[in-house]
Amino acid sequence: MESETKPEMDIVQVFIMGKAHQVPAGLTIMKAMEYAGYRFFRGAGCRAGFCGACGTIYRKENDYKIYAALACQTPIEEGMYLTQLPFVPANRAAFELEELNPDANPILQLYPEVARCVSCNRCTLICPQDLEVMDSINAALRGDIEEVARLSFDCIQCGLCAIRCPAEIPQYHVTQLARRLYGRYFSDPDKFLAERIEEIQNGKYDAEIEKLQSMPVDELKQVYSSREIDLS
Amino acid sequence: MVHWIKIPYYPGCTLKTTAANFEVSAIAAMKVLAVDLEEIPRWNCCGTVSPLSDDNLMNHVAPLRNLIRVQDLGSNRLVTLCSMCYSVLQVTNNLVKNDKEKMDRLNAFMSEENDYRGQVKVEHLLQVLNNDVGLDQVQQMVKKPLKGLKIAPYYGCMLVRPKVAAIDDQEEPRIMHRLLEALGADVVNDPMKIECCGSYNTADPKMKEVVVARTRRIIKSVTDRGADAIALSCPLCEFNLDARQIDARQRYPSLKEIPVFYFTQLMALAFGLDQEACGFHLHSINPTIALSKIGEGVKLRSV
Amino acid sequence: MTVGKVLQLSRKKLGNEFVAKIEEWSGQNVFSCYWCGKCSAGCMMVSNEADPDLMPHEIIRRIQLADETVLESELPWLCASCEICTIRCPRGIDVAKIMEAVRQWQQRKHKDKLRPSSIAPEELAKLPQIALVGVFRKKTS
Repeated sequence: MESETKPEMDIVQVFIMGKAHQVPAGLTIMKAMEYAGYRFFRGAGCRAGFCGACGTIYRKENDYKIYAALACQTPIEEGMYLTQLPFVPANRAAFELEELNPDANPILQLYPEVARCVSCNRCTLICPQDLEVMDSINAALRGDIEEVARLSFDCIQCGLCAIRCPAEIPQYHVTQLARRLYGRYFSDPDKFLAERIEEIQNGKYDAEIEKLQSMPVDELKQVYSSREIDLS
Repeated sequence: MVHWIKIPYYPGCTLKTTAANFEVSAIAAMKVLAVDLEEIPRWNCCGTVSPLSDDNLMNHVAPLRNLIRVQDLGSNRLVTLCSMCYSVLQVTNNLVKNDKEKMDRLNAFMSEENDYRGQVKVEHLLQVLNNDVGLDQVQQMVKKPLKGLKIAPYYGCMLVRPKVAAIDDQEEPRIMHRLLEALGADVVNDPMKIECCGSYNTADPKMKEVVVARTRRIIKSVTDRGADAIALSCPLCEFNLDARQIDARQRYPSLKEIPVFYFTQLMALAFGLDQEACGFHLHSINPTIALSKIGEGVKLRSV
Repeated sequence: MTVGKVLQLSRKKLGNEFVAKIEEWSGQNVFSCYWCGKCSAGCMMVSNEADPDLMPHEIIRRIQLADETVLESELPWLCASCEICTIRCPRGIDVAKIMEAVRQWQQRKHKDKLRPSSIAPEELAKLPQIALVGVFRKKTS
């Protein structure tokens, strides 16, 4: 049998919480930190770039700038100086969507600090989703709810914008409010949703659900594993 | 052959909401004068009021970013309607044009933008009317002269202060007077025309009553001199003299009622444009009180 | 108006850090003022129903004397930055900038004079954005 030659592994040095670690190149920040022995109890979620939990603040060697990225999606670079954000504190206004009047400045009513924006653009520059955050806050300030919703569509609520903001605005909460207002008051009602709700209320799925609810566990498992998945 | 001019235009936040009638009437009226006001793309809040401390550069970022937008369009002029936006943009522009170190620092901070080169000229619409269009031209386009309407032009602070941003004489401006005369109105010269309306203090709950008292003082001054209407150029002044007038009359019941207009609404009216263009629907005090003097009535939509 | 207050004058205090900072931030020479009172005559908060504890020219006088109790005055917070004081000054002093410097002493120590949450929802519903932007500029840090 041929002796197995171990492939040469490229090693990079990164600093995690100030301590140097040698980790294999090609790992994501999250994997690199786990390789170095850290376990994530906070600041980790879907690991697929969608939940926004793993915001990482870092600097690079010989570079004064501050960077941020999602740990689960970003490959490490030599000399990265990393720290993890377990949580972003930001006040989220309590509201009842049905009670808001979309014509009466609801965003400014709930987040008056939006008027403190100095258009410094730090929020945009830190956003891991490359969103135009400053533009969306300016749109909020001039009452253009639709534009806020459009610009912030891909927001994953990681909170990095709010951490950088000198005016202390919680951008991700503000834009979420705008998206909710848009969905409730501005976008066209979904025809298919209305149809499906009617079907449900007419009992179209009642029999099927009852059958599943009264099935023994083994049979349920069997039905589940042999289900058809439509990948079209 | 009509010679159209296009000028990049900066609206400011409030002109998109509570002062939408200012924008609507301005765009419509200027079209009559063959001027296209073209809103610049991706503008941000101007960040009024101008910072008054010498080392505060942060609050110059917002206005400067807008000037860069104009530059990116390939243009070297910008016109504004709101006097506060005008003042802020002008003050910042003046600062960076005269202080290279500050210009460099601001450009370095906004490294994601093109560097501002200091070539943009900031103007207020009254200046454009005076210089580019000419009041003779304005007078020619008047179809319904405002004769019989006694209007008091109110300049407030930001059209005449600070000096670098003054569009006319700082104590006795006449630029809006002359425009109103060209529209056929009887102009009432009021001594409080450059006195502050109370400005942003209207938003401070501890200061509201002071502002209301101020509103009363200004309203009394113009009504004592027989004015039927006030003309102005700032959404904040408009709020303090119009919406707060209701609070003022609650506290001082003997105060006479007087409607408040943006000067562009009066232009639109004099040019014979319809009420949609004049934007009479966002007033607190019913414009009919004054407009009935020249045979106009307005059905105030409840907002 | 505070009358009969004992003010300690000494060469050590005159031109101290407090005065130096006011001059640095405002870019004005506070000692140029000879208290003619024209700024106060034009100030809308003095002629208005506000009745502040100090008038603009009195504030400048106290700064000249390095009297830091001027930081407790209500006048800088009544001020609407209308700049009438500046245009009336016969010495060409930008009084508005001096008033701002007095405000900056507190604002740079992260002291807010206004909490956005204190503005009533009914007011927020009708106030133009321009008012909020302006008041937060001047009264929050």
